Amino acid sequence: MSGLLALVILGTVFGAVLGYAAVRYRVEGNPLVEQINAILPQTQCAQCGYPGCKPYAEAIANGDAINKCPPGGDAGVKALAQLLGKDVVPLADASAVKPKRLAFIREDECIGCTKCIQACPVDAIVGAPKLMHTVIAAECTGCELCLPPCPVDCIDLIPAPAPAWQWPKPADAVRIPIRLVQ
Amino acid sequence: MMARQLFGFPGGLVLDDRKDRALHAPIAPVPLPPLLVLPLKQHLGAPAVPVVQEGQRVHFGQLLARAADGISASVHAPADGEISFIGLHPVPDDSGLAQPCIGLCTDETSAYEEEEFVDDISLTDADLRERIAQAGIVGLGGAGFPSAQKLTDTPVKWLIINGAECEPYISCDEALMRERASAIIEGAQILARLLRPQQVLFAIEDNKPEAIKAIADACDETAIEVVVIPTKYPSGAQKQLIQNLLGFEIPRGKHSVDLGVVMYNVGTCHAIARAIAHSEPLVRRIVTITGDAVERPGNYEVAIGTPIEFLLQHVGVKTTQLRRLIMGGPIMGIALSDHTAPISKLSNCLIAAGPGELDESLNPRPCIRCGDCVEVCPASLLPQELHWHIRAEQYARAEALDLRACIECGACAYVCPSQIPLVQYYRHGKAVLAEQAAARAAADHAKARFDAREARLAQARTRRQQRKTAQAAAMGASPIGAVDATVASALASNTGAATTPSEPITTASETDANANNISTNNRINNSSTDKPVIAQHNDRLADVLAAARRAKEKKQQTASPTVTGTDPSDENAKP
Repeated sequence: MSGLLALVILGTVFGAVLGYAAVRYRVEGNPLVEQINAILPQTQCAQCGYPGCKPYAEAIANGDAINKCPPGGDAGVKALAQLLGKDVVPLADASAVKPKRLAFIREDECIGCTKCIQACPVDAIVGAPKLMHTVIAAECTGCELCLPPCPVDCIDLIPAPAPAWQWPKPADAVRIPIRLVQ
Repeated sequence: MMARQLFGFPGGLVLDDRKDRALHAPIAPVPLPPLLVLPLKQHLGAPAVPVVQEGQRVHFGQLLARAADGISASVHAPADGEISFIGLHPVPDDSGLAQPCIGLCTDETSAYEEEEFVDDISLTDADLRERIAQAGIVGLGGAGFPSAQKLTDTPVKWLIINGAECEPYISCDEALMRERASAIIEGAQILARLLRPQQVLFAIEDNKPEAIKAIADACDETAIEVVVIPTKYPSGAQKQLIQNLLGFEIPRGKHSVDLGVVMYNVGTCHAIARAIAHSEPLVRRIVTITGDAVERPGNYEVAIGTPIEFLLQHVGVKTTQLRRLIMGGPIMGIALSDHTAPISKLSNCLIAAGPGELDESLNPRPCIRCGDCVEVCPASLLPQELHWHIRAEQYARAEALDLRACIECGACAYVCPSQIPLVQYYRHGKAVLAEQAAARAAADHAKARFDAREARLAQARTRRQQRKTAQAAAMGASPIGAVDATVASALASNTGAATTPSEPITTASETDANANNISTNNRINNSSTDKPVIAQHNDRLADVLAAARRAKEKKQQTASPTVTGTDPSDENAKP
């Protein structure tokens, strides 16, 4: 009888503590989504099939594949795998991985329709109706979302300026030769 | 000269210094070459911006390129002549890539000019700082940090003059200390006047007795304390010298100036003295030219921009003997492939190595984990661990092992029995980490802009919704008391976006303007405050809400007449 009583009291106490903790230390939203989102490259290009990086982060948190982000590249997949404890898998669409490019508007062909301005997820295009538009190169993420809406196809993707020279990785040393002794 | 307690630093190497061969003769001037090539970036930071045009005639000491914004230094003409080109030219640089330079065809008659002597006591501190900044002086010890930008306004505790010169072969600082000690001390005193340190220390390695004697004599009757430190590579590195003299380390992420220490190289002090006393910008420096392939090794006073091939010709290089040409010391220097590259402000030494003098071929073998590198590392790092992680492209782990604290002195690579190019691994690792940090910053920036845009669009949607509401309300009026605050909040949550405080006012004032031609409409009289009904009859509810708002607003307006302002941004949100 006393044993039963003790268990009931213990259960009540711990239940109260857990109940309190659940309210007091409640975490708003899913912290994992934020962590995943911090790894994604934030181009908002939607190449993953979701409307932006955050929705894809939510999908990954709910179990979607981690290899759908071409701008993130293999390094991004690796980082996600490390965060989530999953296996590193090759990118689903390896052909979509391209060196970074920037949108460039051929300004004399632009008719000023503002459609690209509305499409740009990072507000990198400036212009006004019926006036020429242009891309702020420093803000462009190269997501290509401005290409399809353009009615006159006056947007090109040009290679981003080459990064400054940096030290290459030294060639690997040869392996220690091994000879099997019979 | 008094004995001072030294604290030492971990690791380090005692090397055969091979400095004597360049020190047997006094500093000799080198004649001006027909063409000088002046790189725009001979310092840490942003390249200088040219202020001359091709074909323009310039005179000795004229400003050719001004310092860019931020960390940068200006470039001056070392001789009279004509600008022959402004464009890419090979420079002594790790990358071996051509970089922007100014070419200067010198006049045959051009020679160094001695400018008037200025007594620095007559100049104000601001004048002194200005002159040092204008003269384009950078740290001549190798780092190339613009000297004027190291002159903090706040008083420092220690000013250290670095005459250690610890790397083998290099003896330009030693020659300078032997022959021009008074000018160096003059420069040090100008710095001491500007920085107001509690103590000025002059550190010299004990393998330079003549230099110590000359400096000690020149320091007589000054507050400068000469400190003789044991010869050990890399005792002249800033962090190691501070640790040796003062007994503390510079913590990660901090600069020496944060701890009240400022350090200048002896060559920099000399250049500062010349800039103040003789109004001469930094247009020449002492370069040690040495190595087995050189006929007349020595220390030479060279105009900055002198092509290396011209120098080699002048000192008589045995081309058949020349195996490797190295700019800088044998450990930290860079191998030069293009002999047309010029001497820059940071070129302290040129080694034309003969056969067998330096290792000629690097044949890296696998790491055997012997740990020799750990023992010599002056920064107390784990070089072999860093190497393994960088090799495996685990850059974050290398960073966690304080890769950034590596001073790239090369002591680890020197002792490595497997001849692994360790420093190159570290430089590569640092470059990748910097690249990753930049990519991360760009992603964060893009995210911030994306979020700002989303917020703006949401706001516009809300405004549109409210305008619709207002228009609907304008068409129908209703008894006011029927709607309460819960209805308002229910609708706000229905629109699914946050409202800004300015919006109710705008909507209300517009509604107010229309209030005169409202016709009574009993359509919504029977609306209730139940939420399911709200969900079903959103349109009618909107009418009710707007009417309620209008009434409330009217009430408020009678109390305070200031709410009729229209939000100009609202115009942009029109559908």
